[in-house]
Amino acid sequence: MFDQFGMLPIDVVLGVVVFWLVLGMAGLALQNSRLIAQFIFPLSAIGSLVLAGAALAGLGEVSTAILPLGLPDLPFHLRLDALSAFFILLLGAASIGIALFSAGYFRRMVAAELSLLCLEYHIFLASMALVFLADDAYMFMVAWESMALSSYFLVTTDHNQPDVRRAGFLYLLIAHVGAIAILMSFGVMQSGHGDYTFSAMRHTHLSDFWASIAFLLALFGFGAKAGILPMHAWLPEAHPAAPSPVSAMMSGIMLKTAIYGILRVSLDLLDTQLWWWGAFALALGLITALFGVIFAAVQVDMKRLLAYSSIENIGIILVGIGLTLIFHAFHKEALAALALTATLYHALNHAFMKSLLFLGTGSILHATGERHLGKFGGLIHKMPKLAILMLVGILAMAGLPPLNGFVSEWLLLQAFLLSPGLPHPYLNMLVPVAAAALALAAALAGFVMVKFYGVIFLGQPRDTTLAHAHDAGLWERIGMICMVIGCIALGIFPAFVILHLDFVTEMLVHHSLGSSAAQTGWLLLTPIQAERASYGPLVLLLIIGGGSLITVLLVKKLYHGRLRRGPAWDCGFPAQTARMQDTAEGFGQPIRQIFEWFMDVVRQVPSPFDLHPHYHGETHDRLWNLFYVPIKRVNEIIGNQVGKLQHGRIHMYLLYSFLTLLALLAFIQ
Amino acid sequence: MSYSALFFQLVQNVLVLLAAPLLLGWINQCRAWLQNRSGAGMLQPYRNLIKLFHKDAVLAHNASPLFRATPYILFACMWLAAALVPVLATDLPLSPAVDVIALVGIFALARVFIALAAMDIGTAFGSLGARREMLVGFLAEPALLMVLFTASTISQSTSLITIVETLAHKQFVLYPSMTFAAVAFFMVLLAENARVPVDNPSTHLELTMIHEAMILEYSARHLALVEWASALKLLAYMTIGIALFAPWGIAEGGNWNALPFAVVLLILKLTIAGAGLAFVETMSAKMRIFRVPEFMGTAFLLAVLGLLTHFLLET
Repeated sequence: MFDQFGMLPIDVVLGVVVFWLVLGMAGLALQNSRLIAQFIFPLSAIGSLVLAGAALAGLGEVSTAILPLGLPDLPFHLRLDALSAFFILLLGAASIGIALFSAGYFRRMVAAELSLLCLEYHIFLASMALVFLADDAYMFMVAWESMALSSYFLVTTDHNQPDVRRAGFLYLLIAHVGAIAILMSFGVMQSGHGDYTFSAMRHTHLSDFWASIAFLLALFGFGAKAGILPMHAWLPEAHPAAPSPVSAMMSGIMLKTAIYGILRVSLDLLDTQLWWWGAFALALGLITALFGVIFAAVQVDMKRLLAYSSIENIGIILVGIGLTLIFHAFHKEALAALALTATLYHALNHAFMKSLLFLGTGSILHATGERHLGKFGGLIHKMPKLAILMLVGILAMAGLPPLNGFVSEWLLLQAFLLSPGLPHPYLNMLVPVAAAALALAAALAGFVMVKFYGVIFLGQPRDTTLAHAHDAGLWERIGMICMVIGCIALGIFPAFVILHLDFVTEMLVHHSLGSSAAQTGWLLLTPIQAERASYGPLVLLLIIGGGSLITVLLVKKLYHGRLRRGPAWDCGFPAQTARMQDTAEGFGQPIRQIFEWFMDVVRQVPSPFDLHPHYHGETHDRLWNLFYVPIKRVNEIIGNQVGKLQHGRIHMYLLYSFLTLLALLAFIQ
Repeated sequence: MSYSALFFQLVQNVLVLLAAPLLLGWINQCRAWLQNRSGAGMLQPYRNLIKLFHKDAVLAHNASPLFRATPYILFACMWLAAALVPVLATDLPLSPAVDVIALVGIFALARVFIALAAMDIGTAFGSLGARREMLVGFLAEPALLMVLFTASTISQSTSLITIVETLAHKQFVLYPSMTFAAVAFFMVLLAENARVPVDNPSTHLELTMIHEAMILEYSARHLALVEWASALKLLAYMTIGIALFAPWGIAEGGNWNALPFAVVLLILKLTIAGAGLAFVETMSAKMRIFRVPEFMGTAFLLAVLGLLTHFLLET
């Protein structure tokens, strides 16, 4: 596409990165919120669009570049191959809508805050692009850390609130624990040669033991960024704290950098793959998915609910990675390609649908100033345009045909169905159980999304302040429409999308679905053979849509269209109030009851004689007490012990230095 | 796509639409007989539908467009589902577009829409029904999926047509996996179609109602479409059951000669299945709503057990 200008895709990507950084600086210089919002952010969206185009062109070819920055003997190596191009495509495509939404969302922000936010926002975008481009460990870590830091500042935009500062700190802490693990993983992979370029790592053969260590470190490190259990604790804290476009970007895009990292390390940098890595990732992914969706069902804060739903989706993606690794280790390349396609497809889908939902919560937050689900209700009347956009989002998120969430789940289930035939008997037993758990998580996602949409948009308003709610602004709607188009297009044209994913599967597992996926044309998706499985979303949409329309017309024609409005019937019960509807707690109650052993439930039930009864219930994560608190205690103990060394007297410190020097000399001798 | 295939598809589309209320009428009539009542006759569902279509619709003041659109979407979904299951012939041109996983997806789509519509008016019963329906659904949906997976691993395909053709060719052997699957499927059928012991289809004011609580606010043509969709759903489930567990005698491909026999056999199978359903419903008492998750959990576990049995014993 860019060849006629004499430019490689990687040059264009780098150009966009520089463009973004310039925009960030310009934002800092402008100090005018209306100008920044409606001038810088749309420009940023154009940058995203160009980036997506360049990445699309870069899928088919590998291009490299070396920047004269970095360490003296290790300049920044950059490489745009199919895997990085796919994730840059994801970054570009999903950030178009977010940037356009931000143009409306941040319009009324205080200028000084917005210019800082604009800078951080663009550094965040640029560093994510550089994470995908990096081709040596040093460059990767620099980009990774700038991403973590810029997102930390974005999360703590409202730093006046103690909750937000606490959430930001937790996020920064877990991000750094993860970064240390990633660094150590790179250390293992360079295996003493001292060459930290990825190309050297690709050519290093590690023993099974050290390869496993590297894989587990990477899984842990990247898992901390993705929110894989037990490193998920920051997600439900940081997402509600951040401004909605930032939550959208973190959940939709940044979590995928971790997925990219896991794929890059396990399938590209390491030259051996052991089957138990896959089984481990599969089990971890299932636990994460079920955990996320069960906790999502009992949340009462709309952004926390979405954060837990992100944990679920990351779990599903990890299941796909696990399956890919299992198949790849057993040299079933066609199946590995199928599982990997499902994984990548779900990552792409999640970027669109979760960003859409997070952006929607931003509009709701602006319109009502409220995040608690118990205060909403009936917003479909006040915000009809937003309600339509969000309906698409929840249907996609619930994994319903003909939208995109269904396609990736369908592909993943197909991969499961093809598993019998693995040479390992235990794995063959694990597979049906895993498929069942995945199906359960997918079905629960439907429950969560009905709760989310029903409590916010449907029913009667539960709070009087909702009467003043206004619909989402034009920029906000445009941004969300971009996401909706993505959700629908990915849902309706899967065969077309898979043709592009083939470059990635070809690179990582040396096989692709291309020849079979589109063998019956773009209308039908046939990942293996037409007789085995096929799915035609467009046909499905046309039949359901057409069937509904024909029914409407027939009923009107044959009978009548007469309609009266009256009060709700509700079995003849006369005194209806908004408080008789299910609250968010009430809707989640059955799930809480079933999985109570799984959660830490605190409940204060009022006495029946209480004249002003007040019910209070909270659901906490058991892992917080089981995992985080003990670690914190141990840290405190160690810290207290180490603290004894500090006296504040200078001659003691000189003594320490002298003793250290002596010890080192003895060690060298 | 041949003309005969197109013809079969059209015939099936019209046939399921017309036959669905009849099946419901037959089941109700059987229930009446079993309860020593004379019953309203097998044609009563048609009379109800016609009556409802003639009435003026009454909508609650705060009903949104979603509430009005849902009956049509529900009806189209269920019509599509019922039209997809190969009952008479296995030559259906729509079938490649929708395999068993997508079929479960269509049921889920319909469920989500009716649950949303139930929450739309904001009455106590509506949201209660929606919550319960989603509760039943979150266990019924994976259970159904596992049942279908058992059949698809046996036939190495998720296409309904291939499954039916493969299973119809197998000799009558009692597969342990399919036995588990059949029990699980029957439990899912009861729950998904709001039958006793999970729900009561002939209730209108019961604190434990599920499906009826969701559709309380619908009237006239909207209610007629919802009721018709329920009948279509029941027919779809019955025919899926027949296709999976008793597929013999279906006209394979577009075999015209086998068709009359297939029609007779299908009517016979549906008659027996309907009478059996009425019998089970009459013989069982309705469960407490708190027991429903256990009932559905059992169905889910049985279905997983079926799949596991197949993976362990039959491959």
